[in-house]
Amino acid sequence: MALSDTQTGRAPEVTSGAPPVLRLRGVTKWFPGVQALRRVDFDLRPGEVHVLFGENGAGKSTLINIVAGALRPDAGEVELRGRPVQFRSVHDARQRGISAVFQEFSLVPGLTVEENLFLGAEPTTGALINKPEMRRRAEEALRRLGFPILPRMRVNRLSRAEQQMVEIAKAFRTNLSILILDEPTAALTDRETDRLFQLVLDSKRQGVGIIYITHRMNELHRIGDRVTVLRDGGRVDTLAVRDATPEKLVELMTGRKIEAFFPRIDHRPGEELFAVEHLTAGTLVHDVSLTVRAGEIVGLAGLVGSGKSEVGRACFGLEPIRGGTVRLLGRSVGKPTPGAMLGAGLAYVPPDRRTEGLVMERSVRENIALSALPSAHFSGRVLLRRRSERAICLRLAQQLRLVPTGIERPVALFSGGNQQKVVLAKGLTRNPRVFVMDEPTTGVDVAAKTEVYTFMKDLVEREGAGILLISSDLPEILHLAHRAYVMHRGRLRAELGRAELTEQAVLSHFFETTTTHG
Amino acid sequence: MADAGLATVERRPRVGTALLRLLRRTFVHLGVLPLLLVILLVGFGTWEPRFLSRQNLFNVARQATYLTVVSMGQMIALLTGGFDLSVGVILAMTSVVLAKVMASTVASDPTAVGLAIGLGILAGLGAGTTMGIVNGIGVAVLNVSPFMMTLAMASIAFGLALFMTGGVPVYGMPSQFGATLGFGKLLGVPVPVYVTAVLVLGMYVLLNWTRMGRYFYAIGGNIKASILSGVSTRWYLFMAYVLVGFLASVGGVMLTARLETGEANIGAAMPLRSIAACVIGGVSLRGGTGRLGSVVLAAVFIEWFENGMNLVRIQSYLQMVVLGVLLIFAVVMDEVRHRYVAGMRDG
Repeated sequence: MALSDTQTGRAPEVTSGAPPVLRLRGVTKWFPGVQALRRVDFDLRPGEVHVLFGENGAGKSTLINIVAGALRPDAGEVELRGRPVQFRSVHDARQRGISAVFQEFSLVPGLTVEENLFLGAEPTTGALINKPEMRRRAEEALRRLGFPILPRMRVNRLSRAEQQMVEIAKAFRTNLSILILDEPTAALTDRETDRLFQLVLDSKRQGVGIIYITHRMNELHRIGDRVTVLRDGGRVDTLAVRDATPEKLVELMTGRKIEAFFPRIDHRPGEELFAVEHLTAGTLVHDVSLTVRAGEIVGLAGLVGSGKSEVGRACFGLEPIRGGTVRLLGRSVGKPTPGAMLGAGLAYVPPDRRTEGLVMERSVRENIALSALPSAHFSGRVLLRRRSERAICLRLAQQLRLVPTGIERPVALFSGGNQQKVVLAKGLTRNPRVFVMDEPTTGVDVAAKTEVYTFMKDLVEREGAGILLISSDLPEILHLAHRAYVMHRGRLRAELGRAELTEQAVLSHFFETTTTHG
Repeated sequence: MADAGLATVERRPRVGTALLRLLRRTFVHLGVLPLLLVILLVGFGTWEPRFLSRQNLFNVARQATYLTVVSMGQMIALLTGGFDLSVGVILAMTSVVLAKVMASTVASDPTAVGLAIGLGILAGLGAGTTMGIVNGIGVAVLNVSPFMMTLAMASIAFGLALFMTGGVPVYGMPSQFGATLGFGKLLGVPVPVYVTAVLVLGMYVLLNWTRMGRYFYAIGGNIKASILSGVSTRWYLFMAYVLVGFLASVGGVMLTARLETGEANIGAAMPLRSIAACVIGGVSLRGGTGRLGSVVLAAVFIEWFENGMNLVRIQSYLQMVVLGVLLIFAVVMDEVRHRYVAGMRDG
């Protein structure tokens, strides 16, 4: 994800004084028992990217839902091009040039791309749908956006990233004056992200105002002009992006001052804890060797699809191993399985907590305890030791500052950041020495990210653990890892020591180049 | 978050009275069942005085045991994210095998009544559990969807049971079998109630105090997360269907004792009724959630409701209509409840 600013160039300065295309004044919204927005002022100028920043639950979603016409404010005014408006529906807002791409897709899986693009606005001749016309216009729209998708494909056959593209194409379909993007890059590869950003820049030039929600610092700096920080439903501040340092933003978001976004982690490498030699696994990973020692964080970088994720999965027994060896705490592991690896002292943090990490409907306690039930702290010969279980889970929840601390609540009710803390707490129950963390901060707000980083620092410095950090977030690798490996097309491209670990060095190994490296 | 919201100067629009809020909270935590029970008690209680008589309550208690036991099995299948459509024929198979073995043993030696009863019960339980084992292999090892596996099993076993009996009831069981396990009473309480109480207790311990129970919930909630947590999901899925088979089989033994004949079509309504009991008791059809107490209560509720309808002379055909409507109502209310819960989310 992390590409340097130099690649796309800095966003041009917004001509100040241009009248805002959208203005919110004192907008307030109640949900049963919760005030989701309290007297929020917000304005959007034509041709700017206005980033909304805030913890999960700060009110970002409510705000964009009001702008998109999905929710009506309980108090306050919405002005469109200087005139007060009240949107009756999403459709109404859309008619006035406001389009939104939400995180939850609004596509019909069984229909084709073109049918989805024109759903509710099909070109017709008489009573019949004008299919050739629809095909032509769909092709044109997709070509203009540069998305390699066939209009006649059924949506449920597309990858998540492709579905995201259709969703974006749908938003670009109408005459746009305001575009709302809610974490649009979450499912996209770097290349697709580049294309999306190019589109955003094009739209800016045409005077479209863009509201952009992201948790990613580098995206903020790459395409943002101004940023508004929300906290507990209220607007804290609006500032120019060039003044928005990570530390400043976290301070605004949380109301707490932090020393550094990325903590400094001491590097005192000890004995080798984990080693992979000539690993060939699944369909992608080929001849990969790496080591992790006690007291260090080892980065594993690479583009989406480079095989870095599969290395972690293979070591945990989730991808079939076709060659090579895995060694944990000096002992060679024949055929890894999740159960055996957990028992031998390795914890794996999966990249997608919803699909692989957590049982969403069950309580925090049951989730934390799930992988540790066979151990003596959690169960006797026949029965579970529920008192001990509760005590251990409560301690871990407090250690990771779960908010709220109620460990009997279903995980589904917690915010993304706190769900991630549950995943991490779960990893601690078996007292592992080695952690394989695959994208440990995806979909986590910036404040929770700093907590995850502090957690990693404590593991390495106090417990002498070794961490293999698999991440697509380049700053994470650059700031946290003591050493890093870079993968490309299933093979190791390079190993970089701390001194060589720069953005340029890592990026140069991401893409097709002819340089060979040790 | 909620506290912060209430502490602000702005006043939220008043939603309702304290009573309404209490009702809503009960609904979110316990589902629609408490409401149904109140309607049942007040409605039939005032309509028909016999409904709450001591005699009738014992009658309902006995009548409810069969559905309760089978529903507990069904609950396990639902928890793991599947369901079992073959519980009815497991009942039937148990009944037929048990009756045949008992009748032939007692025919060859009329004095060996105890032996005949013991052998018969073992054979019946063995037959029912074996079907559970086959279901378990299909679902856990061969990855057949629970719907297809148990639907096919229902056809296979029903066919076998009819074939074995030629479609006619099996007679000739010793009368002591029915007299004890069917109609017997101990301290004034019907014997099947004791058996069921023991099974409920065992289920409670299994679901809440053992690893296996915890894993049933986890597998149904998210099988991938369970695999990543080192749970051998195949083994526990297999065991789930074995347990369903066993519990349905116990239901079959008790029901056969009550009917005093072995019959191939005794469980025909069981799949629907047991799933209805689970759903009314708040077990999620998506797997992963549900409380044992509510399921037991819901099974009793269904029997009691039908008993009430019998007392006020509602035709049995119409009773089927009512049960279906009730089931849809429960599912709709479950959806409503889900929406309430989703509204309670932090993020």
